[in-house]
Amino acid sequence: MNHYSYIALIPLLPLATFVILGLFGRKYFKSFSGVIGVTALLITALLSLQTAYYYFFIDGKVNGVYQKIIALQYTWLQFSPNVSIDLGIILDPISVMMLVVVSFVSLMVHIFSLGYMKGEERFATYYAFLSLFTFSMLGLVISTNIFQIYMFWELVGVSSYLLIGYYYDKPSAVAASKKAFIVTRFADLGFLIGILILSFYAQTLDFETLITRLTDTQSTYFLGISSATFVGASVLTWGLTLVFIGGAGKSAMFPLHIWLPDAMEGPTPVSALIHAATMVVAGVYLVARLFPIFSVDEFALQIVTYVGLASAFIAAIIACTQTDIKRVLAYSTMSQIGYMMFALGVAKQGGEEGLGYMGSMFHLFTHAFFKSLLFLGAGAVIHLVHSNDMKDMGGLRKLMPITHFSFLIACLAIAGIPPFAGFFSKEEILLAAFNANKLVYGVALFTSGLTAFYMFRLYYSIFWSKEAHVHSHHHGEGTWSMKLPLIILGIMAAVAGFIPFSHFVTTDGAALETHINYAFSAAPVLFGVLGILLATVLYKNANAKPDAVANTFGGLYRSAYRKFYIDELYLFITKKIVFNLIGRPAAWIDKNIVDGCMNLLATITAKISELIKGVQSGKVQNYALYFFGGIVALAVLFIYVWK
Amino acid sequence: MNLSFLIILPLITAIIILFVKGLKQVRTVALAGSLLQLALVFNLLFQYLKERASNTAPMLFQYDYNWFDSLNIHYHVGVDGISVAMILLTSLVVVAGVLVSWAQETLSKEFFFLLIFLSLGAYGFFISLDLFTMFFFLEVAVIPKFLLIGIWGSGKKEYSAMKLALMLMGGSALIFVGLAGVYYYTFSNNQSFDLLAIAQANIPLLTQKIFFPFLFIGFGIFTALFPFHTWVPDGHSSAPTAASMFLAGISMKLGGYGCLRVATYLMPDAAHEYQWIIILLSTIGIIYGAFATMMQKDLKYINAYSSVSHTGFVLFGIGMLTRTSINGAVMQMVSHGLMTALFFAAIGMIYSRAHTRMVDQLGGMLKVMPFISTVFMIAGLTSLGLPGFSGFVAEMTVFMGSWQNADTMYRVATILACASIVVTAVYILRAAGQAIMGPVTNEQYNQLTDARWNEKFAAALLIIAIVVIGIAPFWLNDLIGSGTNTIMNKVLMILK
Repeated sequence: MNHYSYIALIPLLPLATFVILGLFGRKYFKSFSGVIGVTALLITALLSLQTAYYYFFIDGKVNGVYQKIIALQYTWLQFSPNVSIDLGIILDPISVMMLVVVSFVSLMVHIFSLGYMKGEERFATYYAFLSLFTFSMLGLVISTNIFQIYMFWELVGVSSYLLIGYYYDKPSAVAASKKAFIVTRFADLGFLIGILILSFYAQTLDFETLITRLTDTQSTYFLGISSATFVGASVLTWGLTLVFIGGAGKSAMFPLHIWLPDAMEGPTPVSALIHAATMVVAGVYLVARLFPIFSVDEFALQIVTYVGLASAFIAAIIACTQTDIKRVLAYSTMSQIGYMMFALGVAKQGGEEGLGYMGSMFHLFTHAFFKSLLFLGAGAVIHLVHSNDMKDMGGLRKLMPITHFSFLIACLAIAGIPPFAGFFSKEEILLAAFNANKLVYGVALFTSGLTAFYMFRLYYSIFWSKEAHVHSHHHGEGTWSMKLPLIILGIMAAVAGFIPFSHFVTTDGAALETHINYAFSAAPVLFGVLGILLATVLYKNANAKPDAVANTFGGLYRSAYRKFYIDELYLFITKKIVFNLIGRPAAWIDKNIVDGCMNLLATITAKISELIKGVQSGKVQNYALYFFGGIVALAVLFIYVWK
Repeated sequence: MNLSFLIILPLITAIIILFVKGLKQVRTVALAGSLLQLALVFNLLFQYLKERASNTAPMLFQYDYNWFDSLNIHYHVGVDGISVAMILLTSLVVVAGVLVSWAQETLSKEFFFLLIFLSLGAYGFFISLDLFTMFFFLEVAVIPKFLLIGIWGSGKKEYSAMKLALMLMGGSALIFVGLAGVYYYTFSNNQSFDLLAIAQANIPLLTQKIFFPFLFIGFGIFTALFPFHTWVPDGHSSAPTAASMFLAGISMKLGGYGCLRVATYLMPDAAHEYQWIIILLSTIGIIYGAFATMMQKDLKYINAYSSVSHTGFVLFGIGMLTRTSINGAVMQMVSHGLMTALFFAAIGMIYSRAHTRMVDQLGGMLKVMPFISTVFMIAGLTSLGLPGFSGFVAEMTVFMGSWQNADTMYRVATILACASIVVTAVYILRAAGQAIMGPVTNEQYNQLTDARWNEKFAAALLIIAIVVIGIAPFWLNDLIGSGTNTIMNKVLMILK
């Protein structure tokens, strides 16, 4: 127990809000629920900022190295003398950074929703779910124990499920929420088995102990797990890969990404919070949390790298073809998380080599701001035009100047144009990739050009392209509560890159000196500018060129537009194989064979009794006959057979 | 604490029910009796915890009375942490069951009498330390089920009632053979049914090998051991709501408790010998039950098949024979009892209003009856193992414990068992997505009303229990652990 114990309030306040609004919101608070939610979140955000201030500037550092501080810990469930699930609060650079990101973005979304969700019938429920999510996400980032993170992991999953399915009377929303939950559940199975493996060999679930035991290459724990093999790979690799599968599911990495675009069925502020800034980066956070262990296993890191890279690239291509603005943003999120993932993959523990780790966390940080800004901006647009499709938009820049301006900043930030936030973080990632693996660097560089292209395609289609034809001018750009978050996030997206991030978040807690190398920056910026120029030519004014380009690419365009048919593949596996080849036969066998045997048994019994029931006929003559017959038979038996 | 109160109170309640008139009086008596019982059980819980802190005897609050001298049959009662947990579960389910039957118009006196009588059997079973007395109470708990389903049931109720009664009686017959074997072949003279004495004496190896299967399968039938689980879907779905709750919440636990307390505790050698069969069958039950659930269209069948899958974890945990897995198995019994009772209650509430349980005919219930739908969702989320609810704690304890068993094949079985949680998510969310969410499919549903006070109270009681275990599992874990120790000490002696 120490002076950090007040941090427990950070997750507990949203939890209290959830309970209060969940139980009484609909009946008693109604539209006041939003104010309650915002107030609680404001306090949470302020406490998080205070924590960050104390941690980073007052007492987090000892001898120039940021320490891990366990602010609170108590045993929740004791499995065996050594192994227990503990609930606690860990403070280290990444958890404190995440506290700030989560509570800040959540606060923005809470405020934005005041206007966006106004008049909804289940307004209180919405805020209750939002608080539940915030609680779970905050609990996730401060976890001290791998099982604690798994618990909150499931809880963010269910909050996401509830919020995607918020418009529950829309079948598409119900389907999307189901899909999101089941796909991530499937990935979590990997996570769970990974936990079982790692904890069995390390004899602990505690992160600190786990990391110490599995990174000390001389310890019996490490020797045990790395010498055991299963199907050609060491058990350590298996454990880490399985944990990573969990992370990949939550972070929508290829090929487990299929739920994310559909998740856009949820209210747009929810997408901003959960499916852009916070929950979907949980996988990155998980790998970062276990990074010391990953760094001793080359093979597991390679998997992280290539899965991340493939996701970044594939998603960027798909994003170029989508016309639903939220889906474009969803694929863009997937692509940017891919960057964070492979940045971790190319990093090493400690010192200069840890640049990728730092870049990944930095990108996570800046991405949270500009991506939530993009989603909230898209939300404001959708609020105005009542459609998600680019076709229904265009020329909105005059109608919604604030949205337009902040959206532009965010686009520049994600495209990596200096001096906006994304430039700095992407720079570190590309540099780390350049130092480690030229192939990764090449693909990443090309992808950053694609990013700039599809983002500006989106930007022009919404705000330029053609004249606005929105008839309902009555609510214009929306309420102040919708504009304020846009402005604040716009400022953050513009300046967050100037934070000397490498002084705060590194693999080993010691500051890392990084400089902007102009010669190196030239290539990514050039690709970014080219992407923007191309988008300008094609989309600034309505013309026939985009269709011509699409025709040139023909098959590639069509398959990218259909998202490379991955959904169809999954559908085939679930419908044709799981349902028809496993589920249906199981149900059939149960009804006809297993139960059939039981019924047969009963039938046979009934038949036999039918046959012999004549014996008990009640006729005395018959009984007498049996009686004497029996005596004769026994007499014969005793006299002649047994003697 | 005199444990006999636990059976005297239901007995008195049942007798009073016989002498009062009309639904109103009957239900008031039943509720008062079950609430008193609940208070008594909480008293037992606290007394137990207090006593346990200083007393290391395996069984507390023992009382012994020789009631059939010539066969040396005793009325011998006593409790440890496991029995207290099961008794707590029983008393919660009984109160909830009485509450959901509040409007039981037809033959209400007989209905409530049977419910209370069934609970008497369960209480007696859980406190008995004499195998014969235990068997006696087991049978007391079986017979009311037949009548409850046959008289107040729905659908093909006669078939289901007969099937259930016959299969459970078959199980009882096996159990009886097992018990007789234990009785005659443990002590050369002075034969005894006394559980503790038999446990002390160590049953000869050959006796164990012969009679363990009788006991384990016999009790296993009660707890839906594959392939003897087929009474579960038909029985549960034909039963009236309260009877379904009692069946799944209480009766199936009699079997799990028996497998652990009688079969495994008394014959650890045989349990170890036949371990692979237990794990094989329970793994099949878990996976196959889950897949079979996926194909069901009737909400009650969904929950019944999912019970086959979930109680599979109980046998799975017992079969793994590690301290943690057995703890998990008992937790799963408690958790599944509460969860499935809640699920059946919610389904019953929906059925009594919409007059259908078919998933494809329902739809948009969340709009029409938000309270009941929320209850349904909570039960569903508990079933799919969401943290914060009891199911997560129990399943994770089973998994962690099973993984301690380092045999590769058992590891594979554990992975398969883990995989079932994905399938669970599929069938729960499919059912919820169609029945609870989505647009209102039938105009007439808009006229339906939400839960009444008694239903709200019943649901709240179970939900509170589920959440308390879900967010503070340590007390239950400690409680159960104090009982598991006794069993594990015997098992570990064998394994060494």
